[in-house]
Formats: sequence, C-alpha cells, structure tokens
Amino acid sequence: MTVHDHDAHHEAPLAPVEARVAAIERVLTERGLLDAAVLDDVVAHFENDLGPMNGAKVIARAWVDPDYKRRLLADATVAIAELGFGGPEGEHMVVVENTPRVHNLVVCTLCSCYPWPVLGLPPRWYKAPAYRARAVREPRALLAEMGTDLPDGVEIRVWDSSAEVRYLVLPERPAGSDGYSADELASLVTRDSMIGVERL
Amino acid sequence: MQYRRHTCQAGARMDGIHDLGGIAGFGPVEIEAGEPVFHDDWERRVLRVAVAAVMAQLYNGGRFRHSIERMDPAHYLTASYYEHWLTGIATLLVELGVATAEELDECAGGVFPRSRPDRGSAPTVEHDRTEAKFAIGDRVRVREWHPPGHTRAPRYVQGKRGVVVRCDGAFSIPDVEAHSDHRRLDPTYSVRFDAAQLWGDGGEPGAVVHVDLWEHYLEDDA
Repeated sequence: MTVHDHDAHHEAPLAPVEARVAAIERVLTERGLLDAAVLDDVVAHFENDLGPMNGAKVIARAWVDPDYKRRLLADATVAIAELGFGGPEGEHMVVVENTPRVHNLVVCTLCSCYPWPVLGLPPRWYKAPAYRARAVREPRALLAEMGTDLPDGVEIRVWDSSAEVRYLVLPERPAGSDGYSADELASLVTRDSMIGVERL
Repeated sequence: MQYRRHTCQAGARMDGIHDLGGIAGFGPVEIEAGEPVFHDDWERRVLRVAVAAVMAQLYNGGRFRHSIERMDPAHYLTASYYEHWLTGIATLLVELGVATAEELDECAGGVFPRSRPDRGSAPTVEHDRTEAKFAIGDRVRVREWHPPGHTRAPRYVQGKRGVVVRCDGAFSIPDVEAHSDHRRLDPTYSVRFDAAQLWGDGGEPGAVVHVDLWEHYLEDDA
C-alpha cells in the first residue's frame, strides 16, 4: 500500500504499522515521555479490569433492586460508582431503559465514544464505518440484519454519543429468570445487549 | 457571543471523512465472534503511547480527535481504529515540534503517513457559560455552518430541528479547544430528532435519533 504524503514529492512505500509504532515509542522514550512500567499497568487495567462483566453487574443489580434501578436511571454515574466502576470515558453516564414499547441503541457517528468502565474497549464493528453510518439512518434494518427483529410497534431510540455523556442500555429482564440471583442474572447480560444491538 | 466567519479555501467546505452518520454504501456490519481486546500487540502499544501523550498533556481531546479527522479519506476508511490513533499522534508530534517528519520516517524505515494540515480556526467565544439557555421540551435548530475545522455537530443534524430531552451541564467547546489554547465552557444537551426530519421520506417510521450538542451549536426554534 502507498499513501500520498503531502510533504513528499512522490509516492513512497508506507512503513509497516509495527515500525511506525516503534518510531513513536522511540521518540517519546528519548524525550522522557514514555514510562513503560507505569503505562503497562494502565493498559493492563483497561484490558483486564474493564469489560462487559462490569456493566452486567450494574444491569443485574437494577433488575433485582428497584431502588437501585431508580438511582441508576436518575444519576447513572453515581449509581455505577456504587459498584466500584468509573474513570475515563465513564465520568458522565446515562442509562437508557428498554421496555416492551421502546428499544434503545447506542452509537458514536463521529468517532468511537464508548463507556469504557462498564463495557471495556469497544469491538471493531462499533468503530467501523458501516455501523456508525447506518445506526442513525436505518436502525431497524440494521438491527434486523444483526439478528434482532423488532416488532413494528416498538419505538427505536438511537443515542449518538457526540458530546461528553456515555450511554449504557438497560435491557429488559429475560423471561423465565424469576428467582435468579444477581450473579446468575449478570451471566445472562451480553455486551451487545448493553449497546442495544441485541435483545435478551 | 460573537462568531467569527471562517474563510474557506477552495474545496474547504467539506465535512471530514469521520462524519459518517447517514452515509450509504458501507454494507453489512461484520461482527467477529470471540473478538480479543487487541488483535495484535502493536494495537496495545498504540494505546500505551496514546496514554503517554495524555499523561504528558501534549494535547487536549479536541486536538487529538481533529488530528484523526484530517486523515487522508482513503487512508481513514481503510485503516483500523488504532492506526487512526497512530496517525493522529504522529501528526501532532510533528505539529507540536516534539519530532520532525524526517525523524519519524527514518525511525520507521519508510513513509510515516500523517494527516493533512489543520485548516480550522477557533470560533471566538469570549466567556465561559454555565447557565443553560434551553430547557427540556424546548424546540431548537442546529446552526448550519460546516466548519473546515473541528466540531462535534454532525453534518446530518446541521440545519435540522429537534427537541431538547436532557440538559447535561457545561463542558469545554471542542471547536475552541481543538484550534486554540483556550477552553470555553458551554452547556450541553441531548436533542431528539425525528427520523423524517433527518432523512425525509427515507426515514424509518418509529425511529428517533438523539444527538448530544453544545449550546454554541443551537438556536431557538420556538
């Protein structure tokens, strides 16, 4: 692959991506701006401690505890912090509730904003042009394609996270889950249901 | 509040390639079953250098986003998310004088693509504003100005009419911080748009789209 560089007089081979990453690492290290030990801990935290398992705990709690659900819908950032989750990309949370009449779907058309503390780093499809372009234009068709057929009477509410708020969908509690513990319920909650591309 | 008119160069009235809402032709969404957090170690290392730049306070979020938005469109559409970050970081390191383009190319052993030059300028906003002018239920219209620089007002809602459904407090206006050393706070809202308002007859019945917008982008549509 070649890319026309506006500073170059001709098309030249693109350096492999690993070599480009190494170049940035070298420059930042030489300037004293890259402390590998500290940064590895931060990245390991993003990779291992954040993920849909956190969001699932929030959802399960809301299903079993009506008082928590009220707090979650009123001020999600505070209610999510009660369970120990917060930080970058989760500082201004809003939870939107699915009902038999309303289905919510989250997207970021301009980049890839995503609630890291409760869902982790976003999957590729969430960041890809197809999802970002289509979620706001033809959400019902897109959901059907992704395996979620919504009845005609169900309103679809799309949320484009274009400012500081990050969204989490509160899915409907699955039928037949009466008597389940919070842990058992959390195991039913998927990442995609909290983005809104799946119904449980 | 005064808004300075942007002087556009020929061909500059284009929204960036990143502004994807509503564009047709991308085909199906491809989901990877059992997707790992990182597909290759270099992706993890890109996140690491991105965190390093944030910790060193080399640039703010608006500047970083715009460094990606200025990518060559063909490269943007074919590169992965972490390659976007990598390209934006390289662009800003050169623009900030932390590294030279030649140094990056030499270290990388080939061309290190960078984004196109920044053609934007910060709108003039004199003061912070923290008191919301609009309330839930108010009808608003998104201004239509399509700046050559950074904004968080997607093209698909500029000029469109909607209703305020939530007031979210005041935050730094991205258009200002991406092109200056200033930060100006401005109230933000979630605004609901009917599908028919956005897409006309092509809108799906029973669909509404909410977009989160700074007050700076909005005008009264009572």
